[in-house]
Amino acid sequence: MSKLNLDSNKIEASRASARNIAEDIQNFIDEHTTVSTERTVVRLLGVDGVDEIEKPLPNVVVDNIVEGGGLERGAAYWIGNAMLNLEISPQEIAEKISAGEVDITRLPAKDEQEIKDVIHTVAQEMVEKILANKKVRDDYIEAFGPAKTPNLYVIVATGNIHEDIVQARAAATQGADIVAVIRTTGQSLLDYVPFGATIEGFGGTYATQENFRLMREALDEVGEKVGRYIKLTNYCSGLCMPEIAAMGAIERVDMMLNDALYGILFRDINMQRTLIDQYFSRVINGFAGIIINTGEDNYLTTDDAVEAAHTVLASQFINEQFALKAGLPEEQMGLGHAFEMEPTLEDGFLLELAQAQMAREIFPNAPLKYMPPTKFMTGNIYKGHVQNAMFNMVSVMTNQGIQLLGMLTEAIHTPHLHDRYLSIENAQYVFNNARHLSDEIEFKKDGVIQKRAHSVLEEASGLLQQIEREGLFQTIEQGKFGGVRRMRTGGKGLAGIARKDSGYFNPFIQMMLGGDR
Amino acid sequence: MSEIQKVDLTNVKPYGDTMNDGAVQLSFSLPVPYGDEANEAARQLAKKMGFEEPAVVYSHDLGINYTYFVMYGKTVHSVDYSSIEVPKVDVEVMEHHDIEDFIKDNIKRDVVILGACTGTDAHTVGIDAIMNMKGYAGHYGLERYEGMQAYNLGSQVPNEELVAKAIEMKADALLVSQVVTQKDVHIPNLTELVELLEAEGIRDKIVLVCGGPRLSHELAKELGYDAGFGSGSYAEDVATFVVNEIVKRNLV
Repeated sequence: MSKLNLDSNKIEASRASARNIAEDIQNFIDEHTTVSTERTVVRLLGVDGVDEIEKPLPNVVVDNIVEGGGLERGAAYWIGNAMLNLEISPQEIAEKISAGEVDITRLPAKDEQEIKDVIHTVAQEMVEKILANKKVRDDYIEAFGPAKTPNLYVIVATGNIHEDIVQARAAATQGADIVAVIRTTGQSLLDYVPFGATIEGFGGTYATQENFRLMREALDEVGEKVGRYIKLTNYCSGLCMPEIAAMGAIERVDMMLNDALYGILFRDINMQRTLIDQYFSRVINGFAGIIINTGEDNYLTTDDAVEAAHTVLASQFINEQFALKAGLPEEQMGLGHAFEMEPTLEDGFLLELAQAQMAREIFPNAPLKYMPPTKFMTGNIYKGHVQNAMFNMVSVMTNQGIQLLGMLTEAIHTPHLHDRYLSIENAQYVFNNARHLSDEIEFKKDGVIQKRAHSVLEEASGLLQQIEREGLFQTIEQGKFGGVRRMRTGGKGLAGIARKDSGYFNPFIQMMLGGDR
Repeated sequence: MSEIQKVDLTNVKPYGDTMNDGAVQLSFSLPVPYGDEANEAARQLAKKMGFEEPAVVYSHDLGINYTYFVMYGKTVHSVDYSSIEVPKVDVEVMEHHDIEDFIKDNIKRDVVILGACTGTDAHTVGIDAIMNMKGYAGHYGLERYEGMQAYNLGSQVPNEELVAKAIEMKADALLVSQVVTQKDVHIPNLTELVELLEAEGIRDKIVLVCGGPRLSHELAKELGYDAGFGSGSYAEDVATFVVNEIVKRNLV
């Protein structure tokens, strides 16, 4: 039952526009691959480790394929062909390439069907491993019961994975449901994934497979102690988007920031590259039961939260359709939005409430990731703590799914141990004290709140129609999202794209999606 | 009615509710388990910090054998306020339209300003507040100024790229924002830019400004910048400095 009296025809029309927008881009995606997509295939075929100069072996393999002009056929083909020629595992092939003993595109071509068969066997092992991980998660959640919503989501960001673990264990003990390990600044622009446990980072910690494993182990341990399953979040974004999805699926990460639009706008990553990468990453996330978090909240940090509210909604519609195309169910769509209005705005709380309720009603099955105030956090920690309480109030009144807890020290430093405690306490107080408030309230017909929601939906619907006419790439080129303008052939990573040839195959798309793309 | 004590500016102490009571509130955590011993440890630590009558008014078990404290104490220390000197950007800040008039009257051409978050810094909130049309908290950004060509290059711009752009666009001023200052990552990055500009021989032709929540004018000068702007600075502050500096250094 709608509290906002939203026009369901308008919602359906917006969804239809978003579907057409996504379809248009999907046709482009389906015809292309990228170096990172192929490195992901290599990883999923079991290749890991680094060479003597710390270059990851998946990069060694794909660089060798690119040098031989073979990217358009896909890594699976070349590895399968090498397996038939040399009768060794993908890992051994990678090591031989690294040693200069094998040039993967110069081996005699074997029968295509045999190549597919041998790859299928190896791929099947990984698919089963990921399914087993998913079962471990499901079993844990069944045993402990699901976390109360809104889930309490905190970040750790010391730069040292071992120190992060100390902070994460404390947060879980204090009541956090989700722990995100913020990445070191700049990792999104690396065209490789660093290897091993890391103890140095700036504003965060490197996303590496070993760091994932260490944190997973620690959260399972503390989770068993407190009788809750603690979810682990990382960042499946930037130039290595699908590789990180694969690493997360292997190490049972539960949530991934995963949004091409975010990378395009805020990290200047080439739009073609990252939309192709996003597709495979979402296929993996969808299959592995990983909840994605999208980055619409960021539009409101660079643009005005009142004026640009409709861009958030429009982007959520588009992200929903991209996710569906990758087989990612609604229950795994943590669509992003934020509480970012200027605090001195009269009735700002009403507008925030309207928008949060609107997102809830338009995406009823999505967990929704609600982001705290950051732009107007000043260093006045006392006021900041109240701003966060207001944010928590909106969240519990509108049944948000994932509450990224605001820190009173936002704009000062990455959270200290007790900052996290204070914010968890704040959220627990508000959520518990007003737990069933949303069941008790309705909004006045044609009042400020309803009208606000109607106008945001109206504007979003208009924007979607415009994007549908002009295309997503063109819209981004015009700076319609976040007020940031990006060019189709600009940004980082454009060189890593190739058009697939007729012999291209990626076994995992079919195995994970149950269809052919 | 008894008179209240007047402030002695050569001997200033914190004020709670009585002159020179020295009242300070503080909070911190210790890596020790919650309990009486933890409270005593916090109290002793506050004593060493120079607090008389330190009181733990609240403590909380953070789990994993850490404890959080809220404390009050009366500091024994004081400062001589009358002898304090803080280096500041020494110009009277003009209003938006006065700056536009100033350019028209004194520079008589468009002022070209490039802004960027350089190095690995991806946090554009500061540079956006100064440069973007919309500005921040009602203060329009430089993009809106008549007589200015302001270009916000965004986040993670390598110093080399910024210098190349500065040459290409014949920039009058560069604004560098540094928000991430963990482990002092901003220091070598800011220094590198100065070195690159000097190597290109254009340092003296450019007004070089940095800004960020952890940057002071003093630090900026030390690193070879013309000015530094911390929290609470708006487009007007930066613009006033830049246009004055252009005239002062005869870069018109």
